[in-house]
Amino acid sequence: MEAIEDILQKRILVLDGAMGTMLQRYKFTEEDFRGERFKNWEHPLVGNNDLLSLTQPKAIAEVHAKYFDAGADIVETNTFSGTTIGMADYHMEELVYELNYESARIAKKVADEFTAKEPHKPRFVAGSIGPTNKTASMSPDVNDPGFRAISFDELRIAYKQQVEALLDGGADILLVETIFDTLNAKAALFAIEEVKEERNIHVPIMVSGTITDASGRTLSGQTAEAFLISISHLPILSVGFNCALGANQLVPHLEVVSAKSEFAISAHPNAGLPNAFGEYDETPEQMAEQIKEYLEKSLVNIVGGCCGTTPDHIRAIADLVKEYEPRMSQVMI
Amino acid sequence: MIDKNTKYLKLSGLEPLIITPESNFVNVGERTNVAGSKKFLRLIKERKFEEALDVARHQVEGGAQIIDINMDDGLIDGKEAMVNFLNLIGSEPDIARVPIMIDSSKWEIIEAGLQVVQGKCVVNSISLKEGEDEFIRQATLIKRYGAAVIVMAFDEVGQADNYERRIEIAKRSYEVLVNQVNFPPEDIIFDLNIFPVATGMDEHRKNAIDFIEGTRWVRQNLPHCSVSGGVSNVSFSFRGNNPVREAMHSVFLYHAIQAGMNIGIVNPALLEVYDDIPKDLLEHVEDVILDRRDDATERLLDFAETVVGKAKESKVDLSWRKEPLQNRITRALVKGIDQFIVEDIEEARQQASRPLEVIEGNLMTGMNVVGDLFGSGKMFLPQVVKSARVMKKAVAYLTPYIEDSKDATTSAAGKILMATVKGDVHDIGKNIVSVVLACNNYEIVDLGVMVPPEIIIQKAKEEQVDVIGLSGLITPSLDEMVFLAKEMERQQFTVPLLIGGATTSKAHTAVKIDPVYSQSVVHVNDASRAVTVVGDLLQKDTSEGYKKSIKLDYESFRDRFLNRTKQKEYLTLEGARQNKLQINWKASDITKPKALGIQVWEDFDLKKLKDFIDWSPFFRSWDLHGKYPNILQDDVVGEQAQELFQDAQKMLDQILDEKLLKAKAIFGLFPANQVNEDDIALAIQNGEGKSTQYVFRTLRQQLKKREGVPNIALADFIAPKTTGIQDYMGCFCVTTGFGTQELAQEYEKNLDDYGSIMVKALADRLAEAFAEYLHKEVRTKHWGYAKAETLSNDDLIDEKYQGIRPAPGYPACPDHLEKLTIWELLKVEEKIGVQLTDSLAMWPAASVSGYYFGHPETKYFGLGKIKLDQVADFAERKGIPMEEAEKWLAPNIIEN
Repeated sequence: MEAIEDILQKRILVLDGAMGTMLQRYKFTEEDFRGERFKNWEHPLVGNNDLLSLTQPKAIAEVHAKYFDAGADIVETNTFSGTTIGMADYHMEELVYELNYESARIAKKVADEFTAKEPHKPRFVAGSIGPTNKTASMSPDVNDPGFRAISFDELRIAYKQQVEALLDGGADILLVETIFDTLNAKAALFAIEEVKEERNIHVPIMVSGTITDASGRTLSGQTAEAFLISISHLPILSVGFNCALGANQLVPHLEVVSAKSEFAISAHPNAGLPNAFGEYDETPEQMAEQIKEYLEKSLVNIVGGCCGTTPDHIRAIADLVKEYEPRMSQVMI
Repeated sequence: MIDKNTKYLKLSGLEPLIITPESNFVNVGERTNVAGSKKFLRLIKERKFEEALDVARHQVEGGAQIIDINMDDGLIDGKEAMVNFLNLIGSEPDIARVPIMIDSSKWEIIEAGLQVVQGKCVVNSISLKEGEDEFIRQATLIKRYGAAVIVMAFDEVGQADNYERRIEIAKRSYEVLVNQVNFPPEDIIFDLNIFPVATGMDEHRKNAIDFIEGTRWVRQNLPHCSVSGGVSNVSFSFRGNNPVREAMHSVFLYHAIQAGMNIGIVNPALLEVYDDIPKDLLEHVEDVILDRRDDATERLLDFAETVVGKAKESKVDLSWRKEPLQNRITRALVKGIDQFIVEDIEEARQQASRPLEVIEGNLMTGMNVVGDLFGSGKMFLPQVVKSARVMKKAVAYLTPYIEDSKDATTSAAGKILMATVKGDVHDIGKNIVSVVLACNNYEIVDLGVMVPPEIIIQKAKEEQVDVIGLSGLITPSLDEMVFLAKEMERQQFTVPLLIGGATTSKAHTAVKIDPVYSQSVVHVNDASRAVTVVGDLLQKDTSEGYKKSIKLDYESFRDRFLNRTKQKEYLTLEGARQNKLQINWKASDITKPKALGIQVWEDFDLKKLKDFIDWSPFFRSWDLHGKYPNILQDDVVGEQAQELFQDAQKMLDQILDEKLLKAKAIFGLFPANQVNEDDIALAIQNGEGKSTQYVFRTLRQQLKKREGVPNIALADFIAPKTTGIQDYMGCFCVTTGFGTQELAQEYEKNLDDYGSIMVKALADRLAEAFAEYLHKEVRTKHWGYAKAETLSNDDLIDEKYQGIRPAPGYPACPDHLEKLTIWELLKVEEKIGVQLTDSLAMWPAASVSGYYFGHPETKYFGLGKIKLDQVADFAERKGIPMEEAEKWLAPNIIEN
């Protein structure tokens, strides 16, 4: 299979859209989440989307297939919360390896089927590594600003386990995403480097931060450029932004990293901003219209969707990017 | 796009720091080092982390671009202290914006530090001391943690103490790092060991010059890396003799920076300006630093005896009067000394073939030095204003000669019109910008205050100005600026428009002004930026590109801003009223004022106000940032702040002693009740049992709040009529402005802008102090609800008292129209002479007016944005046309 680094120089790659939005459509109940295997689990499991890779693997494979069918080159594994830290809420720390392994395996199987059908358009699996629900550089307690709910080492160990399982399951790429605290991301990157060194392998790494609001900063307070500098110490494949904002609002931040980075640039924005009911109502056409600005300004190499996006959104984006050349950075020339 | 051949050292805190060949020397803050600061050590030992954070904050505010943190002390748990302190810094955005330098000789402390910092920091330091394996291990981890590194010139044999060893170790370290660890070369910083000179030992003689030459070799032979060091070491043998130490530091840095040292730890308080070192001292010091003579050390030691104890400021050193003419003129300008300027200028005039040459040659040479020093942060605003005073005197002396020689065409860099817009009287900021621009060889056409738009347009045409600068402090001025921009567009002006003043903002400029004027519009928020902006706008070769980029910048800023405001949700006025602040009204919470009715104070004794002055805003008006009194000890601006403060005290004493300003006040306390949700009705007794009713209209917050947080209006602080409880409120106006204009004009006549700005700034401070004083008197005596209050001035500044005194035009009640009601009610103009302009600014400017509310639950708040439904309701309540209400409330009305 052609290396993703080479393909990136030829065309803009399309990442998939939201997994959660698609899973909601199945309206899974507590029983569905539990399946046969966890029917006697002592704690409620509804909402543990990562678990569906074990209990509803067909649904997960279906969603991946829909995104590939819509034109995605890369799908993300169903592992956004797949660390011991995220699984502690469900007392499922012991299952972390299996969850990640299975999720990667399911995605890889679907990807291989599509690649076999369309060899000119190889499909990739990105192991999704979420931010966890704890922050290493901010205190959750306003009265004790020096307190930290999690340490770098705890994060590093948890991420390392997730990374190993994702790679064993067949992930082609690792995607450290929705970074609202750069220190968490640095722990993930540290863990990835350890695994790379121990196994003596090369793995393409995508890094995607989250600018939380119009202040133009991450939740932990960094500007886009400071964020870029803080994660540029390793040879990553791409850097970019996802979540929190719609495609329009990401433009100024993408402009910063695009102008200042030697890496490829990625973006997977939300389908606009949520309405009063927390729903995303931006249509595929509306979103594609905004993505057009990225392409006309030649800002991105990889583009996809986050919260609220569906295969229809990805199809609209995939149709659009065919018309455009990828952004060229100096290093890639 | 970036050039792939350039590799710059890039660091980050919350914000980026990129060190390029064009960057000035990067100063590392060193006060947060237990080994270097006794105070910091004590704070950490006593676990006073809050105060320790202040030390860090101080460094950043003072201009440190990186802060070095070191916890290496035998009595401290270094790892715990490092982690704790770094975590606390992480919660302080004003400190965390700069990159951190984690400084320790213990690897475990360094690693613990690396694990708690999100930005790209600098490790200080590693070396080959423990052998290559350990060096590689540590460097590999540092790279993985994403930090840059300082490498000490130290190996298994020992510390490099001569030129050859320095380059040997640097070269070996570099090769190991780049070739074996794959460490980015731009992330390597060498510390080549700064050791003391003039110790009396022969082997130390070359310590400084070897460092300097070693630095030169490293920068030439090891691509992309940086060189750093702790400078104070070099003068170790002269501890106790600061004049000599300061000179040694400057000389050392001067040569080391030329050789390529680009980062360093320097105590700015222990640094003399290289050019200001007395010739004889300089010679002796350079002999030592550069090892130029065998007896250099003895000669400096002997000479140092004569320098000891000569405190810099204790005696006026006039030796510079013997220097060449140009040096004297430059020095007079840089130091702001006007004592000899006329005789020097006369001398220059006699030497010149035309008098104009003196301006274009001698004076501009000097002012260019001032401009460079200011631009590089080595001079501060008050100094520049003093320079301008000298410049003006010189030019005034020359003017008659220039006119005689019919050589009146000057060659200014550009002509700039400055005006405070119609209805506004505030001009301190505008005058400062004018002076600073004048210092940079721009010709200023200053139209003063309250300038109607048609005059600005007319003068701009007559004078063929290159730039128009508009200033304003009160909110209606914003509309005046928009109006003027539209008018300029209509009349097809092409000159750039500068916008400045306290209420202006980039947001307002981008959203309201930029779209109506197709040429350049730039918001300039401080005087130092004004110079670069005007320079960029008028620079012939590059101005087109700059103008285009400004236009784009404002356009994208506008888009982002509008997107952001759309995201917020607002309630209808009805909804906001339903969520009003509900006070549980009890008659026992309300104190009936001891004296109802109106009182006037004529000719109040200003001396009583001296202790009530809040000095921090005074320094801010001079672009010196920091809190009083700490600012006087600040590492960077401290000396300047002290000087300014002394000048201010001198003038203040003169004002008080000679009664140069007049203070007057009027205030009244009245029965009041809330009516119709958002209004307050007051009943004023006017003799014979009759009373007149006045109504204050207040505005209610409409931004949708979190559950349980009310949408407040000032009316909520007054008991509703329906409760049957009689409540009270007050209003007031104080002024200390009478006499200001005359005094300022007196200074201006003597070409002393410094004095003119100073007197206005002081009058403003006195007015605020008077408002504070009067409020206290009202609380404790005239109303008397807080008889037992004992608060310090700091407490007053922090608003710790019960009750509030919000002012129309400020956040709680941005509507200026209610001032008219206060004026009518108290008869302000008849009784104390303070007038309202067309835009409802007070004249004289040094005046404060407002309301008094006394209930224990009152607090200051900001109205924020309101919707058109409230504007319509407000217009109806006030009985004014909707358009008028929209005009006055424009800055607070949400878009669309």
